[in-house]
Order: sequence, then structure tokens, then C-alpha cells
Amino acid sequence: MGKENTLLSIKNLRTHFYSRGHTIYALDGVSFEIEKGMTFGLVGETGCGKSVTALSILRLIPYPPGKIVQGEIHFKGRNLLRLSEEEIRSIRGKEISMIFQEPMTSLNPVFRIGDQMMEVIMLHQKVGKPVAYERAVEMLERVHMPDARKIMRQFPHQLSGGMRQRAMIAMELSCRPYLLIADEPTTALDVTIQAQILRLLKEMKKEFDTSILLITHDLGVIAEMCDRVGVMYAGSIVEEASVEDIFKDPKHPYTRGLWGAIPRMEEEKETLSVIPGMVPDLSQPPTGCKFHPRCTFRFEPCDRFVPPPAEVSEGHFVACFLYQGKDGNG
Amino acid sequence: MAESLLEVRGLKKYFPIQKGWWKERLYIRAVDGVDLSISRGEVLGLVGESGCGKTTVGRLILKLIEPTEGEIIFEGKDLSKLDKKEIHSLRRSFQIIFQDPFASLNPRMTVAEIVGRPMEIHGLVDRYQRDERVAQLLESVGLQREHLYRYPHEFSGGQRQRIGIARALATKPKLIVADEPTSALDVSVQAQILNLMKELKEVFGLTYLFISHNIGVIRHLSDRVGVMYLGKVVEMGKKKGLFQSPLHPYTKALLAAVPTLDPKKKREEVILEGDVQSPINPPRGCRFHPRCRYALPRCPKEEPLFHFVEEDRSVACHLYG
Amino acid sequence: MNEKGILKTGQIAEVWRRLRRNRAAIVGGVIVLLFVFIAIFAPWLSPYPPNEGELTKRLKPPCREHLLGTDPLGRDLLSRVIYGARISLQVQIISVSIALVVGTLLGMIGGYYGGRLDNLIMRLMDILLAFPGIFLAISIIAVLGPGLTNLMLAAGIYSIPQFARIVRGSVISLKEKEFIEAARAVGEGDIDILFRYLLPNSMAPIIVQTTLRMATVLLTASGLSFLGLGVQPPTAEWGAMLSNARAYLITAPHVATVLGLAIMLVVMGFNLFGDGLRDSLDPRLRE
Ligand SMILES: Nc1ncnc2c1ncn2[C@@H]1O[C@H](COP(=O)(O)OP(=O)(O)OP(=O)(O)O)[C@@H](O)[C@H]1O
Ligand SMILES: Nc1ncnc2c1ncn2[C@@H]1O[C@H](COP(=O)(O)OP(=O)(O)O)[C@@H](O)[C@H]1O
Ligand code: SF4
Ligand code: SF4
Ligand SMILES: [Mg+2]
Ligand SMILES: [Mg+2]
Repeated sequence: MGKENTLLSIKNLRTHFYSRGHTIYALDGVSFEIEKGMTFGLVGETGCGKSVTALSILRLIPYPPGKIVQGEIHFKGRNLLRLSEEEIRSIRGKEISMIFQEPMTSLNPVFRIGDQMMEVIMLHQKVGKPVAYERAVEMLERVHMPDARKIMRQFPHQLSGGMRQRAMIAMELSCRPYLLIADEPTTALDVTIQAQILRLLKEMKKEFDTSILLITHDLGVIAEMCDRVGVMYAGSIVEEASVEDIFKDPKHPYTRGLWGAIPRMEEEKETLSVIPGMVPDLSQPPTGCKFHPRCTFRFEPCDRFVPPPAEVSEGHFVACFLYQGKDGNG
Repeated sequence: MAESLLEVRGLKKYFPIQKGWWKERLYIRAVDGVDLSISRGEVLGLVGESGCGKTTVGRLILKLIEPTEGEIIFEGKDLSKLDKKEIHSLRRSFQIIFQDPFASLNPRMTVAEIVGRPMEIHGLVDRYQRDERVAQLLESVGLQREHLYRYPHEFSGGQRQRIGIARALATKPKLIVADEPTSALDVSVQAQILNLMKELKEVFGLTYLFISHNIGVIRHLSDRVGVMYLGKVVEMGKKKGLFQSPLHPYTKALLAAVPTLDPKKKREEVILEGDVQSPINPPRGCRFHPRCRYALPRCPKEEPLFHFVEEDRSVACHLYG
Repeated sequence: MNEKGILKTGQIAEVWRRLRRNRAAIVGGVIVLLFVFIAIFAPWLSPYPPNEGELTKRLKPPCREHLLGTDPLGRDLLSRVIYGARISLQVQIISVSIALVVGTLLGMIGGYYGGRLDNLIMRLMDILLAFPGIFLAISIIAVLGPGLTNLMLAAGIYSIPQFARIVRGSVISLKEKEFIEAARAVGEGDIDILFRYLLPNSMAPIIVQTTLRMATVLLTASGLSFLGLGVQPPTAEWGAMLSNARAYLITAPHVATVLGLAIMLVVMGFNLFGDGLRDSLDPRLRE
């Protein structure tokens, strides 16, 4: 903890939503760290809390109905949850940027791409209009937009999905953030366009020395992009490891189920392994290990106690009672 | 090879659109000359990027829209030569499973009605047998008898897709067009549905036209695969051969673009550049030529023919004759 | 048709929950309920027969025997107002039903088939709508002649375009939905698609429109009667009674006041309730 090159460290984060008399336990004790220059992947099925994690980091959880009820988010030594509204605003878009699945939701449809980019640049870099213009053009060229000056004059809807995502990336990287949060950046795109965008993200990461928090439900994207991976289930991280470890030796029953459920390109199986049942309703999460109603390995402590993460090998953490004996220090 | 259940030749669908106030007539060439055939008991996978015309092919085959041109021959009968009544009774034999499990079920009908209506329409049951038959069908798709009188909104996405599958099975069809049946689902639910579809195919002796943009899913389920690009099938063949040695440059690029689950295997850099062209004004000659790295001088001028290059492998590309 | 299908059970609870929090809607609902109650139980509630007056007691101000006083013919005003509710409700129900049935059918047919037929229907509706306000109803009465039946007919026809438009809009947006395509794929015919799929899914806007139209129709009907084109004396009808009360506005202002208040209150009740219903059924319906 608190290592030299830790950029972001999240401890025991709990974010809840209060609606219609229910409490939705969207995040229920999430902890992980991102080191400088690393791409951390967050993977899991719909509703497990990936986007809420991202929004919590930027303190963009809508209140009401949402609230960060507990936890710490340290970014470059400062606890983001303690900052004033003004301080956090100066971090957003400058030190931490975010790109979304559907860029149309974050690009303003009534302004030209150029104006939107220049506004961000002028706001955070305190430069005048001509400089901002040149920087914006330069950024668009860096993300390999053909004819950047023409793109500057266009409205978001005039661009294709892939182009919009490029424009978004250019905009978000224009202030050279330390951390880029990418929430399903390629889910809405076709595979060939996805390949272009993923390559671009890798290139940009190298060029700007940015760390990336990559959120996706596509294990292929994780394998291709990430250094470390956290697997989320029902508001908690159930397993965290390096990308090599998690693909070679997935440990948690959920991770294994998920890995087995994917029809793979490389190998052929008659039937896919399935995880029985469904993702739980987070307003009534199961007790103990949240995976226990669907787990084929469950035994007696599982529905009563929450399994803490245990380090099964160096840097490989699993939150499951099957592995509690094997850890050195808990 | 088994006899063919469905034969499609030269299928075209142009959707008219109007551009500007001066009402210039333009056409979206959604499907622009597709040939395919499906044998009894086979799964033909149709893969391609969004907007390439997969859904339109499916809707054309099911007679939900009228083709601009081309023949659809189902069990030896040319659908364009049949009258309304004959088409109606043929609807028993081909059914569809939709992509969106939320939009494809009538929110104001109970499961018993949703699944039972097709049986009633085609006179397969009387009122008293209906619910019993529906209950049996629900059980075979992994739902329960208790679900009979519930409404769609009471079910999860995966369960709704099962209802959609039960509806498709209600008339004991021969051919099922499955249009991205798992694209809206999570991976763990997707696996359940794919397994179910595989199982049902054996139990009911079905033939599938399985449409998807997910290459892993196509590979898992199909016997043969057709790859579409901008309204045309550019390559078709047995799954194994096609995945192991794709011939068409687009197929190659498409397969290379799929991220593998092996973090150590870094992708060879054959990333396809540029965007798909518009189906309103597709490129002349080979439609893929603006993005093709192997393009020959004749490619922008001459349209390549779709033809057999080896046994059960057809390609539309000048590189192959 | 499927009776339970109008609203899903879970939805009813949700609509009720939202409705309960809307104070204006509750006030409106209470007024409407009261009005309906009075209309139904008029014979038991009214202290005197509505059409029998004592000429000795003309235009009496409110007193113990006649809580609202009497009218120019010495009839008990309270009783007449109570019976008036009956006539009003009857006119409302019948007129709105005419509009509901005809308008919904026209809207469904136009929206579903589109093309020329739709064009024809909608132009027809445009013609009806082109008449400013109550003028259309007056024109209809001019053709048919005055009287209760014709009044209901006129008020009904006058409301047809509203239903037709709303239903048409709803059908047009619904018919692109996948479940309609699914219905076609299993071989459903047009009639079944219209009545089993499109109509049940258009219920929310229809219900809202029905409630709001109850208010407009009351206003139209009493307006026509006020002008002497609708219900004829001696039938106790608010509009007709108001018209009579005009002559005594100076000597007995309470007659006009009570009638005016009654009409205003009921119209307001239906409007508030309809607005609330719209917001709770489907907030997107608000234009
Ligand atoms: N504004 C909100 N109000 C109420 N509940 C919310 C809100 N935002 C998120 N939630 C709930 O929080 C949980 C986690 O949601 P989140 O969006 O993080 O999922 P996700 O992992 O990003 O899923 P997906 O893969 O679908 O994007 C869900 O149960 C969701 O319903
Ligand atoms: N009803 C329609 N009217 C106009 N254009 C349509 C219609 N249906 C499909 N298209 C167009 O036809 C093309 C192919 O669509 P579709 O078959 O849905 O593609 P896919 O299923 O492969 O994503 C797209 O450009 C689409 O916009
Ligand atoms: S803790 Fe128990 S229930 Fe949870 S994953 Fe491990 S074995 Fe399964
Ligand atoms: S025909 Fe020419 S342009 Fe088209 S795919 Fe083949 S080589 Fe490429
Ligand atoms: Mg999300
Ligand atoms: Mg499609």
C-alpha cells in the first residue's frame, strides 16, 4: 500500500442508490490500485458496478439517488472524496479523463467538434483561442483523423461511430491526463473498428504515459489491452491478478464460470459451461459470498460470511473461502 | 450432402429514401445480390458488421418484407409464386428469434398467449389444449409451468429470450432464422441460450439460419458460414476451412480483428483501415476495394463474381480467378 | 380481447403510487368521484323533485328549506343542480364514448395502413379541427336540430379528431416495434394485430384523453345548452339553467353563481385528474 508508483488507490468503496424505498448496494467494498503507466481492466456482467466505480472516482454519482457512503479514493496522494466540488472539477478532464461507450452522450450534439475541444483546452490549459485551435488540430491528427481541420468544423452526428470515438479520445487526452477511464469504449463498435480504437488507445498510452482504467465485459479486449484485471460480481471485486495469471489460472468459481461460458475463436467445444441462475438483484444481495446461490463449490461458511480477498500467489487475490487456507498474510 | 431446405438466388432489397427537399430518389442497397442455400438439419451462420444487410436477408427469407429482386425457394416452392393464403400456411414452417428480448414480446400479453397464439392461428390446438401445450414447450426451453400467466416484464433478458424461442418453436417449424439472439445478453446468459439452441436443434430436428456479428458465437454454432460485406456475401464455406484459411481479404481482416483470449498472443498488425462505405453509394467494382490491401488494378472497375474456388467454398474476389 | 391486458398488475401499483403523490390529481379525483356519486344517487340526494316549483317561492335566496335558494319558477335550486349532474354525466359518457369508439377506430386504421387511406382520414380530421372551438358543434346542431340526442352527437363528433390523432400517433410508433413484426412472422392477420397488439398498447394515452375529454365535452354541452341549442327546458341542465339565470343576474345573482361554480369545479376536477393520470401513466405523454 502507498507504494511509490501507485497512481490511484481505492479502498473499501461503497456506493449506494436509494430509490423507491429500496437501497441498491451498487458497490459493496471495492478495493484496487492502479500503478503509473498501467492498464487496469475491470470486467463483469451487466449491473455488477463497473460504471458506478468509474463515476465514483470522478465523483459524478448523481445525488440523489446515489451516494458514496464509505471508502477512500487516493489519487496522487490526495483523497478525492475529501476534495471540494471546485477542486474535483479542476481534476476532471485534466488529470482524470473519461470516455464512454456511446460518445454521443458525452459530446454535445449542438456544438462543433472543434469548439468543444477548444473549450476543454482553454479551460484547463489557460491558453488563448488561437493556441487552443492549433492544439486541437494537433490532437485530432495524433488520433489519425483524416483532414483534421475539416473535422474541427463538423458536428458529432456527422461522424461515424469510430470517428466519434476518435474525436472523444483526442478531446480527453488533450490535457494529458494521468488517468484515462474508458467505460466500454468499443462496445458499440464493429470488430474491425474496435481493433482500430484499441490500437489507438495503446499508442496514446505510450505517447502520453497515461494510465488506463478499462471497463469492459469483453474478455478478448481485456486480454489484448490490460496489465492487471479485476473481476467484478454484484458490487465487489472477486478476483484480481495480472492478465497472464487470470487467463492461465483463473481461481474464483465465478471467474472460471465466466471464462468457460465464452465461445472462443481458437478452440471448439460441444457445449459451453454455464453458470446456473442469474445475476442477483442488488437491492437484495445474497448474504455472505454474493456468488453463493449460483456457486457449485459452495460449502458451509459461504452463505454466512463474506470471504475476504486472499493472496494465492504473488499479486493474485481471490475472495473465496476455497482459497482461504493458502494465503500467507490474509 | 442432404437436400436443401432453402435456396436463395440473386436476392436484392433496395429501400427507397428521399434526400433533400427536391426529393431526389435514392436507394439504400441493403441486400444487393445474395445467393445461399441451407440443407436440412444444418446451421448456416451469417456474419458481418452492422448494417451489412444480415437482418434484411433474414426478413426477406421470412417474407416479412418483399424482395426487390431474386428468388427464395423453400422446400422446392418459389415463394414469389405463392398467393397470400399459401404464404400464410407456410409461416408455420419458418420462424424467427429476434435480437431484442425486450422489444420482441407484446408487453400486454401473457406468456401463454404469446406462445399459444401461433398454435391457435394455425389451428394446431383448441383452446383447452393450448395452455397445456404451451406449458410443455416452456419446460423444454427451461422455463416453468408457473410462468404461463405472467407478463414479459416479469422476466429477465435471458428468460425473455427463452419465451421468444418457445414462440418460434410453437408451430413446429422446419427453419428458424435467429437474428442475433444473444447479442443483447450477458456472456453467462448467452452461454445458456446457445446451449439451449443447440439442444433444441437436435430434439426438434431444426435448421437454423444463425445471424450474428459475434464471430465466436458463429463459430460455436454453425456448420457452414457466410461472410457479408455491404449487402453481399463475399465468402461462404464450411466452418472449419473458412476459419482456418480464410480466402477473401475481408474475411481475413475480420477474423484478425477479433481479440483472442490469449494475452501473450499479440495481434499481427493486419488491422483494417477506414470505415465501411455507405450502402447508398457503394464503391464500384469490388465493394471492398477502398479498404483492401491486396487490391488489383481491375478491382475498382470490375465486380468479382461469387463462385466456387474449391469444394464447398465460394469467394467473390479477383485474387481467386 | 384480453381484459387484464390494459395495465400490467405491477404497473397499476406503480401508477397508483405516483398518482397518490400528486396532490392536484387527488383533488381532481375526489371532485370527479363526488360528481359521479351525486349524479348516480340524485333521486335520493335531492330534497325536492327537480321540475316542480311553487310559484310563491320564486327566486328565494338561500334559506333553511332551500339551501341554495330557488329559481325563477320557484324550483329548488339544489335539487336542480343535483339532477343537472345526472344529465351532464349522461351527456359526457355518451359523447365521449362516440368519440372514443369512432376516433380510435379511425386513428388505428389510418396509423396502421398509412398511405392514401391515412391521408383521407387525417384530412377529414383536419377539416373537423379547422372549425374554431365550439363552432363545429354549433354547425352540427344547425344541421341536426337542437335536442339532447343531437347535443350528444354533436359533442361526440366534435371530439373525434382528438382521439383519432392520439391513437394514430401511438399506432405509428408501435407498429415499427419488433413484437409487431414477430406477430406477422407467426401469421397474425391485420385485425388481430390491431386489436390484440396495437390497441392494448395504446391504452395509456386513450385513458388520459378520455378523462380530459370529459371536461371539454361538459363545457361544450353546457355551452350549447346555454345558447339554447342543446337540452331544452324544463330538463335540469346546467348550461340551460345558467342561460335562464342570466335574466335574473341582478336580482338573484346566486343562481348563476352556483351553476357557474358547479360547471367550473367539475371541469377542473376532470382536468386535474386527467393531467395527473397522464403524468403517472406515462410522463412522456406530456407534449
Ligand atoms: N442512477 C442510478 N440509480 C439507481 N441505481 C443505479 C443508478 N446507477 C446505477 N445503478 C445501479 O447500480 C448497479 C451497478 O450499475 P453499473 O452501471 O455500474 O453497472 P455496470 O457494471 O457498468 O453494467 P453495464 O455492463 O451494463 O454497463 C446496478 O444495479 C444499477 O442498477
Ligand atoms: N426499413 C428500412 N428502411 C430503410 N433502410 C433500411 C431498413 N431496414 C434496413 N435498412 C438499411 O439497410 C442496411 C442493412 O440493414 P440490416 O439488414 O439491418 O443490417 P444488419 O442486420 O447486418 O446490421 C442498413 O444500412 C440499414 O440502415
Ligand atoms: S466463497 Fe463459497 S460460494 Fe463464494 S465463490 Fe467461494 S466457494 Fe463459491
Ligand atoms: S476483388 Fe480486389 S479489392 Fe476486392 S477483395 Fe479481392 S483483391 Fe480486394
Ligand atoms: Mg456500465
Ligand atoms: Mg441486424
